[in-house]
Amino acid sequence: MTGTADTVAARKAWMGLLAKAPAANLATAWGAAGLAPDHVVLRGPEIGSVMVRGRAGAVGAPFNLGEMTVTRCSVKLSCGTVGHGYVQGRDGGKARIAALVDALMQTGAAERVETAVLAPLREDAHRRKDTRAAKAAATKVEFFTMVRGED
Amino acid sequence: MYVAVKGGERAIDNAHAWLAEERRGDRAVPELTVAQIREQMSLAVNRVMAEGSLYDPDLAALAIKQARGDLIEAIFLIRAYRTTLPRFGGSAPLDTGAMACDRRVSATFKDAPGGQVLGPTFDYTHRLLDFKLAADGEVSAPAEAEARQEATPHIMSFLDREGLIQPEPEGADTPPDLTRSPLELPAERALRLQALTRGDEGFILGMAYSTQRGYARSHAFVAELRIGTVPVEMEIPELGFSVEIGEITVTECETVNQFRGSRTEPPQFTRGYGLVFGMTERKAISMALVDRALRWKELGEDDVGAPAQDEEFVLYHSDNIQATGFLEHIKLPHYVDFQSELELIRKLRREAAAASSASGEAAE
Repeated sequence: MTGTADTVAARKAWMGLLAKAPAANLATAWGAAGLAPDHVVLRGPEIGSVMVRGRAGAVGAPFNLGEMTVTRCSVKLSCGTVGHGYVQGRDGGKARIAALVDALMQTGAAERVETAVLAPLREDAHRRKDTRAAKAAATKVEFFTMVRGED
Repeated sequence: MYVAVKGGERAIDNAHAWLAEERRGDRAVPELTVAQIREQMSLAVNRVMAEGSLYDPDLAALAIKQARGDLIEAIFLIRAYRTTLPRFGGSAPLDTGAMACDRRVSATFKDAPGGQVLGPTFDYTHRLLDFKLAADGEVSAPAEAEARQEATPHIMSFLDREGLIQPEPEGADTPPDLTRSPLELPAERALRLQALTRGDEGFILGMAYSTQRGYARSHAFVAELRIGTVPVEMEIPELGFSVEIGEITVTECETVNQFRGSRTEPPQFTRGYGLVFGMTERKAISMALVDRALRWKELGEDDVGAPAQDEEFVLYHSDNIQATGFLEHIKLPHYVDFQSELELIRKLRREAAAASSASGEAAE
């Protein structure tokens, strides 16, 4: 049971990483990995939208905030493994690579894909996030209290 | 009698060709790229995404280029494109508590955990034109400090612990959607928030300002204003679990409003809420103030007849695409309508002249 939960958690993590990666970075990492698995495209790539929701007062009733563009694609490897890509934006190539990576990560090639594709994307995402957070931290206000002259 | 009028195709084609040339401007000046607009006109891009109600910076930048910088025209293009997209589903509600904050300030608590983080703000600039920018000024890299790793808690959660703040009720998992069914009144808060977040910034700002000047005054303080990125998560039917499908920048404003109690509610602080795509701080604060004003009924307050309390007035006039469509249609050919108006005025004048000459004769 925990094995299944771990598998789902791992798959969620790599699919999320692929969805958020800049298309150019994913294409570069995929190209450098030199993987060209035999596959058929089951669906797409198809451009569509997802209605993004928020909550009233951040914690209350859900409401519709607006849509975002999303592209999805599903592939099947020659071994029968199916992979899905749901990625932000309108780049069909990105969705297809994401689906292929998702499929390969469920096969014996997982370790190679992790090292060649996912690890560099993860490092890049961390670096971008840390840089913004470091710039934000430099704009944090340090208050000091003025000592007034009278007693 | 209805007379169909044809013609004008050549004039229209030539007008559009000239429009394209005017859009390009002086050919001695390099052409703008969509990427330049996306990166360097980012607040215009943010506004087009928010009011176009579609988060896609590249499309918004393209729309701004095509519209020659007319943001309402750009929003129109985005709204039209949006209707062509199949919808894959709805996301889980954003967890703004998990936001990676670029900016986070509170006007109510100086020492809130996580601190006051100014971010890339226009605040405290002197609003003096910077002529260095006219001369290709290179920018120096901003300072960096030790990055905060943990999530920044919402300031409202501290007031909540004391029970001094009005609790937020739960709601339906699938909220009503005004892009799918026409806006009907009375509108529940979820529908009002959707209309406000895509509403015209100028209109929402004017409405919010009216509440500050005394039309349904609600004594708002900005408990928290935060801008940053949040992941968007959606349940994928073919997988049976949810995954992150992207990451967006949003601005969130929570106000606390003084409230002396009403027939149904004890004295407490009440809330106004603003959440808008992109870095859109003026709009998010405005949205929170208008949201609070529109809540008078559920909080048992009196209707003082202020415009910002009137949901029909606010919600039916906040959409700049609806407003533009109706406003601008009156410049299109109305020749036949006008002919009948002209006939009517001529007839009335003939009758008035006949009546006055008849009464003149009678007086003689």
